Amino acid sequence: MTDSAETRAPAATNRARRIWDSDFVWSFRQTPVAIISFFVVMVLVLAAVVAPLIAPHDPFNPATLNLMNGFTPPGEPNAFTGDQFLLGTDDQGRDVFSTILYGMRISLFVGFAAVMLAMVIGVTLGLLAGYLGGWVESIIMRVADVQLTFPAILVAMLIFGIAKGITPPEYRDQMAIWVLILAIGLSDWVQFARVVRGATLVEKGKEYVQAARLIGRSPFAIMLRHILPNVLNPVLVIATISLALAIIAEATLSFLGVGAPPTKPSLGTLIRIGQEFMFSGEWWILFFPALALLSLALSINLLGDWLRDALNPRLR
Amino acid sequence: MTQTPVLSVRNLVVEIPTRHGVLRPVDHVSYDIHAGEILGVVGESGAGKSMAGNAVIGLLDRPARIASGEILLSGQPIHALKGDTIRRLRGKKMGMIFQDPLTSLNPLLTVGDQLTETILEHLRVGQTEARKRAIAALEEVGIPAAAQRISSYPHEFSGGMRQRVVIALALCAEPDLVIADEPTTALDVSVQAQIVALLKRLCRDRGVAVMLVTHDMGVIAEAADRVAVMYAGRLAELGPVREVLTNARHPYTAGLMASTPLASQGRKRLRQIPGSMPRLGALPSGCAFHPRCEFAQEQCRNEPGPTLDRCDGRAACWFPLTTDQKVSA
Amino acid sequence: MLAYIIRRVAQSILVLFVVGLVAFSMFRFVGDPIDNMLGQERTQADIERLREQLGLDQPFVVQYWRFLEQAVQGNFGLSYRQGRPVADILIERLPATLELAFISGLMALIGGIALGIFTAIRRRGLSANIIMTGSLIGVSLPTFLIGILLIYLFSVELGWLPSFGRGEVTDLGWWTTGFLTESGLKALILPAITLGLYQMTLIMRLVRTEMLEVLRMDYIRFARARGIRERAINFRHALKNTLVPVITITGLQLGSIIAFAIITETVFQWPGVGLLFINAIQFVDIPVMAAYLMLISVMFVGINLIVDMLYFAIDPRLRADRTQGGN
Repeated sequence: MTDSAETRAPAATNRARRIWDSDFVWSFRQTPVAIISFFVVMVLVLAAVVAPLIAPHDPFNPATLNLMNGFTPPGEPNAFTGDQFLLGTDDQGRDVFSTILYGMRISLFVGFAAVMLAMVIGVTLGLLAGYLGGWVESIIMRVADVQLTFPAILVAMLIFGIAKGITPPEYRDQMAIWVLILAIGLSDWVQFARVVRGATLVEKGKEYVQAARLIGRSPFAIMLRHILPNVLNPVLVIATISLALAIIAEATLSFLGVGAPPTKPSLGTLIRIGQEFMFSGEWWILFFPALALLSLALSINLLGDWLRDALNPRLR
Repeated sequence: MTQTPVLSVRNLVVEIPTRHGVLRPVDHVSYDIHAGEILGVVGESGAGKSMAGNAVIGLLDRPARIASGEILLSGQPIHALKGDTIRRLRGKKMGMIFQDPLTSLNPLLTVGDQLTETILEHLRVGQTEARKRAIAALEEVGIPAAAQRISSYPHEFSGGMRQRVVIALALCAEPDLVIADEPTTALDVSVQAQIVALLKRLCRDRGVAVMLVTHDMGVIAEAADRVAVMYAGRLAELGPVREVLTNARHPYTAGLMASTPLASQGRKRLRQIPGSMPRLGALPSGCAFHPRCEFAQEQCRNEPGPTLDRCDGRAACWFPLTTDQKVSA
Repeated sequence: MLAYIIRRVAQSILVLFVVGLVAFSMFRFVGDPIDNMLGQERTQADIERLREQLGLDQPFVVQYWRFLEQAVQGNFGLSYRQGRPVADILIERLPATLELAFISGLMALIGGIALGIFTAIRRRGLSANIIMTGSLIGVSLPTFLIGILLIYLFSVELGWLPSFGRGEVTDLGWWTTGFLTESGLKALILPAITLGLYQMTLIMRLVRTEMLEVLRMDYIRFARARGIRERAINFRHALKNTLVPVITITGLQLGSIIAFAIITETVFQWPGVGLLFINAIQFVDIPVMAAYLMLISVMFVGINLIVDMLYFAIDPRLRADRTQGGN
């Protein structure tokens, strides 16, 4: 009974329409918190990505720095040089706005990279443990259990400390970012491994896996091309939550002094530096980086929280 | 039957507002239950039989709500009661039994605790008396060594024993009405018959009215005096059990009977009703059953909802089956 | 049940051995072990003696065993940075951390359970929503940021509370306490809140989720169907069932308080073992790092074990002999 003109409507807009009307997107549209958080996250990420383009100064190029510019309050011209800075300058004359942009860059980069690392390690080990079973599974799961006895942040600190001990002092600053990624990534793989192992065990018993085995495909191929796509769903949910945690972990480690160094500071490092000047009146050195981290952490967490509720079938 | 029915449901409508529109899991349902009588409410999953029971006892989960109609308990309207008022009626005047005895009992409290708390809540007795009554209740439902078992935890009983405990709990405050929501579904077949017999005996002895909700025709045949058949939220047929089972007037009921293995039918081939019950959000026009009915006519398709009182009072059908009409074998 | 206990204890010992291995490897392979053990002031004779004592030419396992022997006796060598025995330093600073952890843990537990129950029972009220939103912020913010915020508000702006240190402490032999002096107590407030806030929000959300879950259960429905009062339902039926999983998870959280103390101690320059550990990392003071590691693992493993046993004691279902199941 449908009009033939209607049936000729382009398939693409139908699909877009369907996604727009889906429960998931509808739930998003209904939750103002989710919309705002998403917007904030997008703005911050964008700002970080194009930082080199929009930052008024390059805060890490010693040639462009003028020590006389130090301690300039936001928006006011400097007493000596007359330069103005949107959010003021820190003790070394670096423009706070620029340092925040670059700092956020590092924070986000480390966060993403660490989660990627954790995901790769965790998914691989989970697949191996679930599919191969036997002593492979035992060892992997034992290691996981041992590591799980300790909070991730402690593990990350430890790894950082050991790596620092092994690196010769002149390279430490340079390597810091990579060590940070390694530390946070290694501290986080366990939850991925567990979930993937569980899902693999389930898939292993299914018929399509038996069929692939019968045809004679190698275990490696089976794991990669058959099982992996089917166990990725819960992994993505965990990954989003992990991302928020990784960013906060990085900020914490940097704040404690076991993370990004002052030569290439992340938001955490900036806050650490700013804390020294809290009492002496140069409030902006602390305030703005703290505000940036606050917005980032809060919006990512709120978004992640909404995501978890939206994807949880039981809460309907 | 000149005395007031214990339970009187009149044109009850339960609605659930959803994103896609308003659903009616119970659509203008009416029936009465008298003291000592067992009314079987039968239908497929999703037919609305449990919802009606929940509405009566006042435990509808949000966002479901009673939209219209009346519920009278011993003549008193209770459908609009809220809070403490209706709470005091629960247990004391009406009890409910759920499907799964394992999840119905709090695993961290002893059976005795759960019994005594109910008794103390509703009856004016002291601790010692309550405990005595609790032991007596257990004995009545056939739990051996009741005085010892009273301190046991639910997981220490077998499935059938647990359901007996549940029955004891529902009856210990001496209600006039008991709603049994699929009391045998979670039990072994061998135990089902025992539980049904127990329920029947206890209620007859105490003159309790019973609403027995189930999808199992065998249980209905065994225990019920009258039966209400529900389909897609509406009442399809209502009448005495023997009558309805042997001479179903609604084509759906007839189809149900033909597809149920009953000893009385001998070795006939079981028949399935083609298609399936429509979802509440996608009800067909006119009679909800017409797409699957082999006797359907124009009127069934076009004219909205046949109900019991607009038809012959027994089957909600414009063309109820006569005794010589049978669904094809 | 006995088998279960034995298995758990064996597991715990395994963890301790593995951690010991990591600590030992740090000692042996990161930097020079002689340096690690002797600090910077040492004589040639010391070096020779230690070389023999450590048996650096012995097989790996032997060295590992000797290390463990020493560790169990409390000998972790000398702090590279301070030149004093590590064990002494640890014992000196432990009371500060323990007092802090205790107060914040207590606060988190009481506050968390109370608020959790409240927001579960009064699901849709305005105050519940405010608390829930507040809790979301509490969980999202990094601990150190909360600390800095508190310092800014109460020290810089209002000047009511100190922003660093422990205040005056009373020396009770081998324990120093800040509970007995006014400045000690004052100094405790902000760090305790910082450390405990995260835990409290966690516990609160956990209790709330668990309780809401429990309130959805059939036995609650059945209790309602029997006309039991809401109060009895909340506090006799629901609470007991809620607290069982909450206790386990909370107990496990206790361990993380000790770890998170590292952050709080750094923000407030609180002289505990956490701050010690961070400084050790910055200076690559291996003996201190290794010692802290072992100390923490013993604590964690011990706590986990106790919590497991506690769970057993509370849930009658687990107490039943395994063979009796499924009657």
